[in-house]
Amino acid sequence: MANVTLRKVRKTYPGGFEAIKGVDVDVGDGQFCVLVGPSGCGKSTLLRMVAGLETVTGGEIDIGGRIVNQIEPADRDIAMVFQNYALYPHMSVYNNMAYGLRNRGMAEAEIKTRVEEAARVLELSAMLERKPRQLSGGQRQRVAMGRAIVRQPKVFLFDEPLSNLDAKLRIAMRVEIRKLQRRLNTTSIYVTHDQLEAMTLADILVVMNGGEVEQVGNPLDIYEKPATTFVASFIGAPPMNLMSTRPEEIRSQLAGSAAVDAGILGIRPEDFVITDETPAGGVALPLTVEAIERVGAETFVYGSRQQEDQRVAATPGELPPGEVIVRIPGTEAPAIGAKIRVAAVRAKLHLFSGDGRQRIEA
Amino acid sequence: MQKQAIFQSKLLPYALVAPQLAIVLIFFYWPALQAVIQSFLLQDAFGLSTSFVWFDNYLELFSERAYFEAILRTFFFSFAIAVSSLSFALLLAVMADKPLRGSMLYRTLLIWPYAVAPPVVGVLWIFMLHPSLGVLSRYLRALGIDWNPLLDGDQAAALIILAAAWKQISYNFLFFLAGLQSIPRSVLEAAAIDGARPMRRFWTVTFPLLSPTIFFLLVVNIVYAFFDTFGIIDTMTRGGPGKSTETLVYKVYSDGLLGGNLGSSAAQSVILMIMVIVLTGIQFRFVERKVTY
Repeated sequence: MANVTLRKVRKTYPGGFEAIKGVDVDVGDGQFCVLVGPSGCGKSTLLRMVAGLETVTGGEIDIGGRIVNQIEPADRDIAMVFQNYALYPHMSVYNNMAYGLRNRGMAEAEIKTRVEEAARVLELSAMLERKPRQLSGGQRQRVAMGRAIVRQPKVFLFDEPLSNLDAKLRIAMRVEIRKLQRRLNTTSIYVTHDQLEAMTLADILVVMNGGEVEQVGNPLDIYEKPATTFVASFIGAPPMNLMSTRPEEIRSQLAGSAAVDAGILGIRPEDFVITDETPAGGVALPLTVEAIERVGAETFVYGSRQQEDQRVAATPGELPPGEVIVRIPGTEAPAIGAKIRVAAVRAKLHLFSGDGRQRIEA
Repeated sequence: MQKQAIFQSKLLPYALVAPQLAIVLIFFYWPALQAVIQSFLLQDAFGLSTSFVWFDNYLELFSERAYFEAILRTFFFSFAIAVSSLSFALLLAVMADKPLRGSMLYRTLLIWPYAVAPPVVGVLWIFMLHPSLGVLSRYLRALGIDWNPLLDGDQAAALIILAAAWKQISYNFLFFLAGLQSIPRSVLEAAAIDGARPMRRFWTVTFPLLSPTIFFLLVVNIVYAFFDTFGIIDTMTRGGPGKSTETLVYKVYSDGLLGGNLGSSAAQSVILMIMVIVLTGIQFRFVERKVTY
């Protein structure tokens, strides 16, 4: 049981490349923290620094009240689940799980109890004598989990543990991991690039971009109040619609509020309704329907705005300028090529500064 | 992908493999057949008459104490050469595997000895360790060691093992380095997090994962020590002093070409041939099918 605190953590490679540019995160005891961001944002590097597999070139990493910057991975009392599982291919499932306990000089009887208990929880009891190559992807993943839990460490670290599984298994394992973590109540740090995984698992969500933290907080708070346009378009699928407030079409509708001086307006696809009315203080947009995606419970309408948007797409994952996605329930949808009008109420508008780095409360 | 090539004419494929087959037949099967025939013949001392003696040459060989000594000596040499060159190469490979500056340079330097021909290796080591010419011999004597491999059989054997093992280190090094680099880094990282110190990590993870490479190299090194050390022995000791460095291959040469006993020499080479076949068989059976952990 331990807190993990990162204070101004930096990582500069010998070549001068700065992978982590000063990160502050505080993970409370028993909390599940998810680091999310696009590939190359430094989230895996940060996790490996917590594990002790990468050196820390600035700041402090504190696990359970102890600065671990100079401490070997073995002595940090952590366990890690790797993306490729990193099972020992020459050892049986049992020995894979027992290895870390034997290294610490635990008695064989105690090892047996712990491994069998973990195997029971993870439904691996029938496979203890098998070698990793005789297991399916999902089973290997569970062995990797088992290897982590038998150690009863202070902290679990997960490095994209589900990305090698197929979609269905990924969802099942996601739930399993969450349940297991809740029951063991072990502080966990989990790295993923999948925003859905991040949203569903996290107590604390850390959105990273370019080696920096964009926003830290409760997943729903982040969803409802993204601090930057990067977070706005990264969290949530399909991404938030972002548009410049400069064109007269939008500027006039926002008149009379502080928001008119802001540079970027964001509206989530599900906050639009197809209507001819304009809600007071809200925004309405005329659109031409370009494409329809029906996924059963909901339908996505891809529309283009008649008026050109001068804003340049600044961050990865953002929609191209001028394109708007609208999410409507059910399967009924306007025809392709139809001219429609969509509107969102005042409370659902997100406003950001012109560079997208700052949220402006209306 | 289609593995079998399809030819329009039936003759073309045969024509294409003909040169290869001709080489194998002329330079391998024909001499081998000659050796087998020769091993059943006995010639008188002047080469005037030849008689067919069935297995007499073989029977005589196995009743000869010197032959058993040569077998034991060869096994000992092979074992000593394989073990010393494998362990030293592994040590070098483990050190070269670390991502340090200039790694390309020292990796290249470590591979060079492989390009040196065995007789040249022999000459090089003789220059260093010849009792009267050798550069190192002076220091050995200064240390109080009575160094004279030309008279002392054990020292001569040590010298052969040293030179032969040195020559093979490069080859083993290459394979070990490749083997080490194919071990996923994350597995070693997992072991580090699992609390294994570097030495324990090596013996419990790296070494077992290298076992297919080790087994392959063990067979290759034994074959090398059996057959390819001829050049080294011939330039360094000529099988002497006494017979203390006479291996099976060198005995074939000295009994046949120097001693003139062609029948016995042929019988010995047939036995050696069978040994190679067995070793190659082991290699195919276990290595090709992969020794898995």
